[in-house]
Amino acid sequence: MSLNMFIQNFINALGLGSLYGLIAIGYTMVYGILRLINFAHGDIFMLGAYFMFFATIRYKLPWAVGVLLAIAGSTICGLLVDRIAYRPLRSAPRISALISAIGVSFFLESLATVLFTGMPRAVLQPEWLMQPMLIRDGGIRLMPLGIMVPVISFILVGALLWVVHKTKPGLAMRSISFDIETTRLMGVSVDKIIALTFALGSALAALAGIMWALRYPRVEPFMGMFPGFKAFIAAVFGGIGSIPGAMIGGLTLGFVEIMSIAFFPTLSGYRDAFAFVLLIVILLVKPTGLMGEKLEEKI
Amino acid sequence: MNTKTRNLILNGLALAALVVFLYQAPGNLDRYKLRIINLIAINAILGLSLNLIYGMTGMFSLGHAGFMAIGAYVSALLILTAEQKTSMWILQPILPWLLNLHAPFVVSLIAAGLAAAFFGWLIALPVLRLGGDYLGIATLGFAEIIRILIVNLTPLTNGSLGLKGIPAHTDLWMSYGCLVAMLIFMTRLMSGNFGNVLRAVRDDEIAARTMGIDTFRTRVLAFTIGCFGGGVGGALMGNLITAIDPKMFMITQTYSLLMIVVVGGLGSITGSVIGAILVTTMLEWLRFVEEPITIGSLHISGIPGMRMVVFSMLLIAVIIFRREGIMGPREFSWSWFFPARKAEPEMKGGND
Repeated sequence: MSLNMFIQNFINALGLGSLYGLIAIGYTMVYGILRLINFAHGDIFMLGAYFMFFATIRYKLPWAVGVLLAIAGSTICGLLVDRIAYRPLRSAPRISALISAIGVSFFLESLATVLFTGMPRAVLQPEWLMQPMLIRDGGIRLMPLGIMVPVISFILVGALLWVVHKTKPGLAMRSISFDIETTRLMGVSVDKIIALTFALGSALAALAGIMWALRYPRVEPFMGMFPGFKAFIAAVFGGIGSIPGAMIGGLTLGFVEIMSIAFFPTLSGYRDAFAFVLLIVILLVKPTGLMGEKLEEKI
Repeated sequence: MNTKTRNLILNGLALAALVVFLYQAPGNLDRYKLRIINLIAINAILGLSLNLIYGMTGMFSLGHAGFMAIGAYVSALLILTAEQKTSMWILQPILPWLLNLHAPFVVSLIAAGLAAAFFGWLIALPVLRLGGDYLGIATLGFAEIIRILIVNLTPLTNGSLGLKGIPAHTDLWMSYGCLVAMLIFMTRLMSGNFGNVLRAVRDDEIAARTMGIDTFRTRVLAFTIGCFGGGVGGALMGNLITAIDPKMFMITQTYSLLMIVVVGGLGSITGSVIGAILVTTMLEWLRFVEEPITIGSLHISGIPGMRMVVFSMLLIAVIIFRREGIMGPREFSWSWFFPARKAEPEMKGGND
């Protein structure tokens, strides 16, 4: 593989990996607090992409407005999911909430099929995102979108880390993930903080969905399924509960997927299987993930 | 007459009623209804096998669609004739040793179950060390890997084109025969000591280990048996629908099995059968929401896909409002129909 090809693949992997990372953060935050795999998270990502599609392409709203509307819409959906499907099950066995999450995911996917039809729709990419810059005598094509995706992702992760570590609600979040009952006794409104967690995660998922739809220019009702599973795996890989871990897991997964196909093109049919193999390997070798703390088994 | 002989007679009568029904059904019902009745039995087998893994042993597995796929493909590859195979593999030629492999239907069913059980066992060894929801996501991953392998291993599986023209071997006798066998096996299993061991592993693994139960081996065994059921169910399904392709075995297939188990009641054999009847008929009945309705001058055009929206809403509603399902952990018993006898004197405690 030539150096140009390698750099090109490196940039692609960085973009894909940071998108996985952004979705993974939503999983890791919710799992850290509620010990729940929020299966519906990938579908919030899908909704974000659809909202953006309808706002900017159907109704010709300006991009900034469309993106903001999409984020707001997805955040509301995320909050509704928590309120309707998860909050009644807070004191139930964990598996019940998990089945509810599966139901919600299935519901959002079928609802999207009914409302938006199952046909994939092409997303018209805006000109200014797609002007290719040629580097090294045209050996590498770099598009503004390709730079924007990782840059925006890293800025968002930085902002989120600041929220979690330097603000009061962030302190409450960390406290809940440590011990929910004691936090409640300290006068923290636990349900509000959990809602805030869902809102932050959904907003990030929506942004990831928007950037995903621009990168692979189409939207469809099941587009969130595989990125969702993979992002969860990224979160486990990085150590569930850890925000930097989710980002590192996402980037690792992005690099594994892009690079293994770049080096072994015959494997391209197995692309979606890599993540699951990675999951099983990490769970066997280091179940806590790269940056995770050991979750105490309560007897 | 004591309770044991009474139950034996009643079971015999119930079986006889089933035989009469199966004998009469093909002559009196149309093909569509027969197909649903067949599907109920297959879904009950699949639901029972998932219930053994999840409801009775407490292993949250989302991989059942993968084991169904293995079963369906193994059975179909054994049944299809060499001519059918050569005409179907158009993308890449079929593996030479596979071309002339042929077996009768019943042998293919057993082979399907064994193949699924083998893969289940293989997967169980690393994955069952995980607990709870990690196990769910790992088994889901395995099911997806199996599906991706089926798509890509074209010389073995004919890839994404799937297999067509499988003879419709699954008739009512076959599917209900398998269901009755499964029911007898499960009730014997769960009323015996192994059933107690499974419940102990589910309810408190540490306590079970303290009692000297090899919990890991028990879980692997239950998982493998469950996978056998999944493989047989998949094979019956393939022989009923007569065409299979990798898309049939997506995660949504596992979701409907999960629905059967959850609606019926976790850990209840009766519950899984009731769940299979309800979910199968409901899924068919819900087709009406997708069809155009005309009431007087009001015309409502059908909404394609609406069925799944209603279905998923029901799943959420059941888990929120009636988590234990219809049966809970209870089982059907003939004693329901007989008034309980007065407490016998020797049952009383103490010497007063």
